[in-house]
Amino acid sequence: MPYTLYDKIWNEHLVYQQEDGTSLLFVDRHLIHEVTSPQAFEGLRNSNRNVRQPSLTLAVADHNVPTTDRSKGIDDKESKIQVDTLEANCKQFGIKLFGMNDKRQGIVHIIGPEQGFTQPGTVIVCGDSHTATHGAFGSLAFGIGTSEVEHVLATQTLVQKKAKNFRINVNGKLPLGVTSKDVILQIIGKIGTAGGTGCVIEYSGSLISSLSVEQRMTICNMTIEGGARAGLIEPDKKIFDYLKDKPMSPKKENWEKALNNWKNLKSDRDAKFDKEISLEGKEILPMVTWGTSPQDVITIEGKVPNPNNEKDTDRKNSIERSLKYMGLKPDTAAKDIKIDKVFIGSCTNGRIEDLREAAKILKNKTKASHVEAMVVPGSGLVKQQAEQEGLDKIFISSGFEWREPGCSMCLAMNADKLKPEERCASTSNRNFEGRQGRGGRTHLVSPGMAAAAAISGNLDDVRKYQN
Amino acid sequence: MKKFISIKGIPAYLSIVNIDTDMIIPKQFLKTIKRTGLGKNLFFELRYDDKGNKIEDFILNQKPYDNSKILITGKNFGCGSSREHAPWALLDFGITCVISSSYADIFYNNCFKNGILPIILEEEKIKELSEYSHRKEEISVDLNEQKIVYGNNEAKFDIDPFKKKCLLEGLDDIALSLEKSDKITSFEKNLKNNKPWIFND
Repeated sequence: MPYTLYDKIWNEHLVYQQEDGTSLLFVDRHLIHEVTSPQAFEGLRNSNRNVRQPSLTLAVADHNVPTTDRSKGIDDKESKIQVDTLEANCKQFGIKLFGMNDKRQGIVHIIGPEQGFTQPGTVIVCGDSHTATHGAFGSLAFGIGTSEVEHVLATQTLVQKKAKNFRINVNGKLPLGVTSKDVILQIIGKIGTAGGTGCVIEYSGSLISSLSVEQRMTICNMTIEGGARAGLIEPDKKIFDYLKDKPMSPKKENWEKALNNWKNLKSDRDAKFDKEISLEGKEILPMVTWGTSPQDVITIEGKVPNPNNEKDTDRKNSIERSLKYMGLKPDTAAKDIKIDKVFIGSCTNGRIEDLREAAKILKNKTKASHVEAMVVPGSGLVKQQAEQEGLDKIFISSGFEWREPGCSMCLAMNADKLKPEERCASTSNRNFEGRQGRGGRTHLVSPGMAAAAAISGNLDDVRKYQN
Repeated sequence: MKKFISIKGIPAYLSIVNIDTDMIIPKQFLKTIKRTGLGKNLFFELRYDDKGNKIEDFILNQKPYDNSKILITGKNFGCGSSREHAPWALLDFGITCVISSSYADIFYNNCFKNGILPIILEEEKIKELSEYSHRKEEISVDLNEQKIVYGNNEAKFDIDPFKKKCLLEGLDDIALSLEKSDKITSFEKNLKNNKPWIFND
């Protein structure tokens, strides 16, 4: 029987299956952070349970940490308690932790791949919905709740039911100025935020294979915004080269063994998918979101929708509500939307290639005077690499702030947030109401588009600034 | 976990679609290290104005809905982040049953870990039930029978049998999985032989 890549990983991790299909799935890699783990550790203590496989678990503080000078610790009392609690829990249960002042600290979904903790063919979970990021390596990676975090800590397994197979083919080439962020925004616009519910998505096609490892991570990262818990891509030589010699990658004879295994990780040619759609690269343009759901996308050449053109009442009400929240009039051209802030960073677009892409646009240019802009590298190592390449100088001389790594204004748990009615061009993943601060208005874009918006002071076409 | 068997009450109806977990419980309340105490901040931005005063228009601020145990909502409820703080906040407010035409996967699963029953019903039935909310009339939910009774009507719903059993009996699924400890151990042993790199041996 032909199998999809998801079927194969699922089958290889099946510890036990009940008659009704409820299964116990082995977890190879568990990432934890300070926000969704304290109650899980508390639960372990209350029931006198231990962590089954501390060595398969890696912890980092990322959601709550300040992105400004850290030498004096964390000012916010509650944030400090959470970060300290993570440290104490890791110590008690023998889990490896990258503390706030470790140069390897960073966003959990950036450090996993960076350290080689993320590997093809594995099941990877984390109490964070953007765990789908790791699917770029051909792993089955998905977000879980805190009770499930506790379950994984105690048993190294998870109770699951098999999802459906959904394949999205993207063929052709990316036009100039178009990135993998635009591809995934276009996909979410097409399938909707619930389009992938109950499915695992496999991205395939010539355009997907042509993407770099980091670009693939951006696509898989936002899979959850299309409702699917996991998105994955068949691993290839680019992935293997990326992982070679990473600190936690397999070494010596184990590397050879792993490589032999990884090379077979692909969907069988005649594997059956429950759902399938296709896109052509040449149809994809630089995208922006206009509303309060990641499915609210238009091209930079487009206009904000008019609710009067909608027949479906739910959809009409939802557009009206979003427009009101966003402070936008129907039919406004995307390029006429003036912005106040620019945020470059997050697990979606906080890697070195993202920073290079933005810096390329910003070189020898300055931001518009009314715009406040910041870059938050995804990890300490990304920051270090960017500084070695002189990208920090480009950002600073164009008027950006150059910050310490963390989740920052993607979810605004720390001090980095929008004020009410402030409008932001952001490389993050969610434009929900209040996501970047109460009353804040988010437009999701690629790093190059964020840079273009900073220069112009309004949403703008990155292609205008490309040589 | 507390059992869920049946429930009766006046439901609150929130017609908004795609209610995300940021809307259910915004990030400033995720800094807690406890599971309890989140109820007062449930739907914070819809419920309170900038000065912290209750917004009278919002349904959960009105009587009798401020005591509702059943919430009826628009489709794709609970999309976005994996935060279990969302079901914790619902539970702490007193809501133990949600009725919608669809849910985001992670939220849906998280409900079952906390004794909350998320029911999936077709839009048409949701509309009928929402009338009971408007008229402030009680409806009742029976998990064992998998039915909602409203007036002289009845709506059946589907639920995964294992999830149903866990809710009805209030089972601790970690304890259930630990009963399979031998199977996990032998899986790990095979894994060490077949894929030694997983353990970095």
